[in-house]
Parts: sequence; structure tokens; C-alpha cells
Amino acid sequence: MKRKEIRLSGAGGQGMILAGIILAESSLFDPELYVVQTQSYGPESRGGASRAEVIVSREPIDYPKVVKADILVCLTAESLEKYGQEVAEGGVVIADDSFAGEDYIPPEGVDFYSLPIIAKAREEIGLEVTANMVALGAVDHFLSEIDSECLEQAIEKRVPGGTEEKNMAAFRAGQQLLAARV
Amino acid sequence: MAEDIDRYLRQDKLPHIWCPGCGHGTIMANMLRGFARSGLDQDKTVVVSGIGCSGRASGYLDFDTLHVTHGRALTFATGIKMANPELTVVVVTGDGDGAAIGGNHLIHACRRNIDIKVVLFNNSIYGMTAGQFSPMTPTGATATTAPYGNIDQNFDLCELTRSAGATFVARGAAQHPRQLIKIFQEGFAHRGLTFIEAITQCPVNYGRRNKLGGARDMLNWQKEHIINQKKYESLSAEERQDKTPSGILYQDEREEYTEKYEKIIATARGSEN
Amino acid sequence: MKNKAGEKIKEKEARTMLLQGDEAVVEGGLVAGASFFAGYPITPASEIAEGFAEKLPALGGKFIQMEDEIASMGCVIGASLAGEKAITATSGPGFSLKQENLGLGIMVEAPCVVVNVQRVGPSTGLPTSPSQGDVMQARWGTHGDHPIIALSPSTVKETIDLTIESFNMAEKYRIPVILLLDEIVGHMREKVRIPSPEEVEIVERKRPRLEDREEFYPYLETEDHIPPMPDYGQGFRYHSTGLFHDKTGFPRGKTEDARRLMDRLMAKIDENLDDIILLEDDLKGDEEIVVLSYGSTARSAISAVVRARQEGLKAGWVKLKTVWPFAEDFVADLADRVQEIIVPELNRGQLIGEVEKAACGRARISGIHRYDGTIIPPAEILAKIKEVG
Repeated sequence: MKRKEIRLSGAGGQGMILAGIILAESSLFDPELYVVQTQSYGPESRGGASRAEVIVSREPIDYPKVVKADILVCLTAESLEKYGQEVAEGGVVIADDSFAGEDYIPPEGVDFYSLPIIAKAREEIGLEVTANMVALGAVDHFLSEIDSECLEQAIEKRVPGGTEEKNMAAFRAGQQLLAARV
Repeated sequence: MAEDIDRYLRQDKLPHIWCPGCGHGTIMANMLRGFARSGLDQDKTVVVSGIGCSGRASGYLDFDTLHVTHGRALTFATGIKMANPELTVVVVTGDGDGAAIGGNHLIHACRRNIDIKVVLFNNSIYGMTAGQFSPMTPTGATATTAPYGNIDQNFDLCELTRSAGATFVARGAAQHPRQLIKIFQEGFAHRGLTFIEAITQCPVNYGRRNKLGGARDMLNWQKEHIINQKKYESLSAEERQDKTPSGILYQDEREEYTEKYEKIIATARGSEN
Repeated sequence: MKNKAGEKIKEKEARTMLLQGDEAVVEGGLVAGASFFAGYPITPASEIAEGFAEKLPALGGKFIQMEDEIASMGCVIGASLAGEKAITATSGPGFSLKQENLGLGIMVEAPCVVVNVQRVGPSTGLPTSPSQGDVMQARWGTHGDHPIIALSPSTVKETIDLTIESFNMAEKYRIPVILLLDEIVGHMREKVRIPSPEEVEIVERKRPRLEDREEFYPYLETEDHIPPMPDYGQGFRYHSTGLFHDKTGFPRGKTEDARRLMDRLMAKIDENLDDIILLEDDLKGDEEIVVLSYGSTARSAISAVVRARQEGLKAGWVKLKTVWPFAEDFVADLADRVQEIIVPELNRGQLIGEVEKAACGRARISGIHRYDGTIIPPAEILAKIKEVG
């Protein structure tokens, strides 16, 4: 298997890095899967741009950063503008529908999904901060390397105590977003 | 003063390098008399010193001794005490080493109330480097780096360390050996950050330049101006103007730092089980 | 492993975890027997302090957050002399502040580990971005001639291994060892297996026998140049100083003592290069071009060389794990066999100077340099291989 590159991008405070860590941690259940997770963030804890990258592979991973994403998630217009063209052929771009409309033209051979990620988190779950888990649910749809169950276990383990149920509901809502669309 | 202090000295390293008339030898000897009376174990005592005239003391003292970088003795001492709280840890420092370059470490060691005995030899000048002004050089005095008079304000180190959290604060002077021995004896027995300011004279690099006379004149000055706290308190505000109180100025019990950390260890171990 | 009170430190079993490089320093340190940490908060190294603050007390070890970086370095040396396996961690600005006390640690021969998770400098620079800009500072940061060991990992797994090596070398050679991470390695997460202490070799400093107290020379010139070291409080009543000293530990003010001590301090390292210099390579013998790198940059280099090979180019890679002392003999031999050595670095060219010195004109040397907080992508190295090939 060739390496699969996933880039999760948004603003600081949207939990993109936590989503990246959960994604990476879900690989622990498969002893033969290699994983590297990196991040980039500004000095501020909230606001500013934030980006997590995860690479999974059946072979040892040398270069630890995303070259061209196989899966790109964008929760802000800025992140879509910045990374929207750095996507591999056959890859997917998942962006929040609050800003991702007709302006964005994905590269050749890239599928684009404009989904109500933040709206789902805010309205259905009642917590906008769970948008990262909704996004993860959407990513799960394209991630054949990792079982959904492993992702669920990783979420249980990482999210703050007492919020497991809401986060899990958000993750499932994300899965359904695509089940309905694809 | 019948204590045998020879056993605490590395005889082969003597005579010391301090100048004739310097008070450092007197302070060191009385520190050792106080140590002898405290009954502490010589083999379980570490002396750490920094740079300057005071810094040389560690070489003469027959303990585990460590002579470190300028101003940083307290940081090394903190590591030693944290590593092995059973050890008695003494820091010998000066007014430049301890109050200028090492001033930040001094207030933070006080804040932690870690059981370290800080002995600050205050000779009001950088003696070893031949007479630059220190934070304890009186305002108006001259020094090689204050040829037109020192415009800096001094610290009151006893007030400073007390407000920073030291639980034993005392001031003595070379001229008052009996009081010094008592201060050292009780200071060594205290558990917590112990700060002892020992006023000493530097006739060569401070006295001469400021026309204060020789060692004897400077000791006479100490006699007149550094007075017992009780006597000091009986004076009017006007009479206090040119006087400095001496003795054990403050002592309190507050939980010591390494004891607090032992509780952290107990908590961490408990939460593991 | 035992702590100060002689209690056995709870042995940890091997386990597989997703860890950051910074967290791997903590895990590797604990496997090596780290029992003391002193530090000061700084990006991107604070996770190391946080990890030790949480984990040391449960094992009977000690953690202290000091008032500044200088104090942290002093504290670690003090703890080392009192018998602990001590470590501190910082980044560029803090590493600058630690240099004077680091020199004292070298002079009094206090084993300890100093981690520097490099960020872009000088000054406050780019606090959250990677750099390899402190390579020369690791070698020459403290004033005066002196020996130094500096190791640099490129993966989280290597961070565990080299943290253990750092402690082992510090104990074995009585010297502060610098562990140079960069922000990429420090913050990246990888799946790693943490070994149990039983699986790895753990070195303890040579201690004198208590019966040798009467005639004890703390800085004795032994055959291996490494004098046995007692813990404070054992009754040796010995003296250590930053001044040049003789075997007694006391300064005599004689020039011959300065020369003898410096020569011995250097010999500790110079006579053990085979033990200290760690590197990995993938050389098949037909190489015309070799990419020599260290730290996170080595990952880009390996990626580029693998692709170059696939395209039929005769390329190979060398990854230095020990940066200092520099692998001079290895590079000199390499320069005899290849046409070009490419040295990618996240700086304006630091270790490349050592490569040039060692190659001494027998191979062409070229660099790839980035100092803007971004890492060198494999494509850039591949392009360079093609350009020079």
C-alpha cells in the first residue's frame, strides 16, 4: 500500500490537532500499520491557522509531512484557499458548506464534498466544538486503512471525560453526512 | 569560643588568600563555631560557593564542597538539596555574587523556603575584582565604577529575603563574634531557608577609597552603627537614621520545600495504585 | 534501577504507544533511570518538563521548575553530584542561557543530559518552527576549548533510543550530553514501542569504594581518563571547582595543570570515538552521490535517495545520530569513494563545514539550506541529486 496522506485544517480552537491525534491513535489497534502525525500552529491557543497532518502506511514512513493530500479537510475558507490545490489525483476534499461554494475548483481527478459539518455540530449535537468529530466521521468514509471501530475507540480514549457521548454522536453524524450523499 | 574548628578546615589549604584586615576569615571561623555547636554531621554537609572573595571559602572548608559559576551557587545547592534532603546544604556568597548576579535565585530560594543556609558575606564592594560598586555599596560612596559617587540605592537584604519568604533571617557583623556564633548556631538548627547577612570589612578596596581608615577603624564603625535589634527598637526614628539592626531579625515555621515534595511523591504513588 | 533512598523504581513493561518526540524523551529517560529533572517552560520543549513533572514523583524521582534556564542547568549539575541521573530540556534561547553552567558541568565532570528542541533563531525567532541552527552552538556554545557529545534523533523511536544513549554516555564518560531534537521530531507523533529497562543496557557511573575515602583523589588520572565519582554525603569531603585543578580537585594556579586537565577531558572522548559515534547508512558500494544528514532532515534525505535509486541513480544516504564528536574518519573514507556529498540542513550551513574539512577536497560537497521554519522536502533533495549526478 502506498502511503495515505490526510490533512486536517482550520482555525485554532477547532480541534483539528486533536482530530489528527485521534486519527493517528486509531492506528495503534493495527500492529502492522505505521503512522506519523505532525502539526503546525501559531503562537495563540485560540484563533489563527491550525493544521494537523497524518500519514498512514504499511511501510516505514520517511518524510513525515503531507506532500499531496489524499484526504483534505477544511473548516475555514482560508484553509481551503491555502491547501485546496495540494491534493493528489484520486483524492477528496471535504469542506464546510458555510463557505465552500462555487468559487472553489478542485484539481483534476479530485472529488469535492461541501458538507454542513459545523451546522451539524451546532444544531444536531448542540456543541459547535464537536465539528472536528463530525469531520472525522466524514473522513472515516474514505479511510479504508482504519476500521471505524478503531476510530471510535480512539475517540473514547482521547476526548475529555464526560464528553464521550457527544463526541461519538458527532462522529456518527459525520459518517451519515456522507452515507446520505455518496 | 572553645570549639575546635580545626577539624572543619582543610589545614593544607591555609593560609587563606584574603587580604590583611579583611573580615572574611572572622566570619568563616564563627560560622564554623556555630556549626560545631549545632551538632550537624560534617560528612552530610555540602558547602557551595560562587565567585568572588567569599567564593574562596569553600576551598578551605573540609566538607563536600563545590565552587561554581558567578551568582549561581543557590541553583546548584537547590539541586543537591532536592536530590538528597538528608544533606545540610550551605551556600557561601557575597554581596555581588548573591545580591546582584544571583539576586533572582536568592528571592526564589526564599520563596520556596527550601532548607538551605545562605551565608552572605557583605563587604559592600566587589573586592576580588578590585573595587567596583555592588548593590550593597552605600549610595554616595565611591568605587572604581562609581568615581563620581554611587547613585544606586542599596537593598536591605534582610527585609528583601524576609518578604520573599525566608523563614530565618539574621544579620551579624565581624565586630560582634559572640552574636555571630549564636546566629550561626541557631541558623544551622533552623529548618527552612536560612538567610544570614554577615557584615564584613574590605579595607583594601572599599575602606581606603572611601577614606574610612584601616580595618580597625572599619570595625569601630561596625561597633557604632550595627547594633542589637532590641537596642535598635528602643531608639527614636532620628537616632535610627545611621544604624542597622543585628541579631535574629525574623524566624518562623513554614513547611519546607523538600518536605512538601515528599508529599507530592506520596500523592503520585498513591494515584498510581 | 534504584532511586536515592535505594528503593527499587517500579519497572515499566514494554508497551506500544503513539508518542511525540518530546514525550519520547520522557519515556526514554525513565527507561535509562532518569531520577531528576529541573527546567523552565519554553516552546517547543515544555512537553518534556510536563512529562517528567507527572511521571517522576510516582517513581520516587524529583522534578523542579526553576526560576530560569540558568538555574535549571545549575540545579541539574547539583543533583548529578548528589548522585542523581539528571536531565533538563530547553530550546534555543534557553540553550544560550545554559552555556556557562554547561561549561562548569564539563569542568567538574558531572554526568547529565541537556535536551535542546531546536527552533528557528536567533533571538525569539520562530518559536514553533523547526531548525537545526544550534548545531555549532552545541559544539562551541560554552567558552573555551572543551569536549562535548551531542546526539540528534530523526524519529520518535530514535528519540527513545538516543535519550537512553545520552544518559549512558553521560554516566560512562562523566560529561554533560546534549540531545538535539528539532521541532519536527519534538512535536511529531509516531507509533513506538517503549522497551522495558531489562531489554536495554543501562550504564551507571563508576563510583569509588567507601573504604577509599582516606586517600581519595576526585580527579585522579586513571587509565581510561574517567575518575570514579562519589555521591555527596558519603564522607569523601571532596572539592570541585570551575577553576583548572589537579587530581585533588583544587586549583594550584599552575599552567601545567591546565594543560593536563584539558588533555584528559579531551582524551575521554577522543579515545572512545568508536563507542560514541553512532550513524546509520544505506551504502551499496557503487554510490557516486551520497546525501549526509541528521535529525528530521534525514527523513527527507532517505525518501529522496530511495526515489533516486528507483530512477537508476547511484545514490546513497548516511544519517548521523552522533553529531558531536563529528564522524570525521567516516566522512574522510566516504570522500575517497564518492564524487559528491550533499548535506541538507535546516540552517545556513553548519555541519557542512565539518564535512568539507573531513573530505579535504577529495569529493565535491554541496549543501541544501533552509532557515525559514519549513523543512526540506524530498523533491528538493532529489532535484539536487539529479543536478549534480
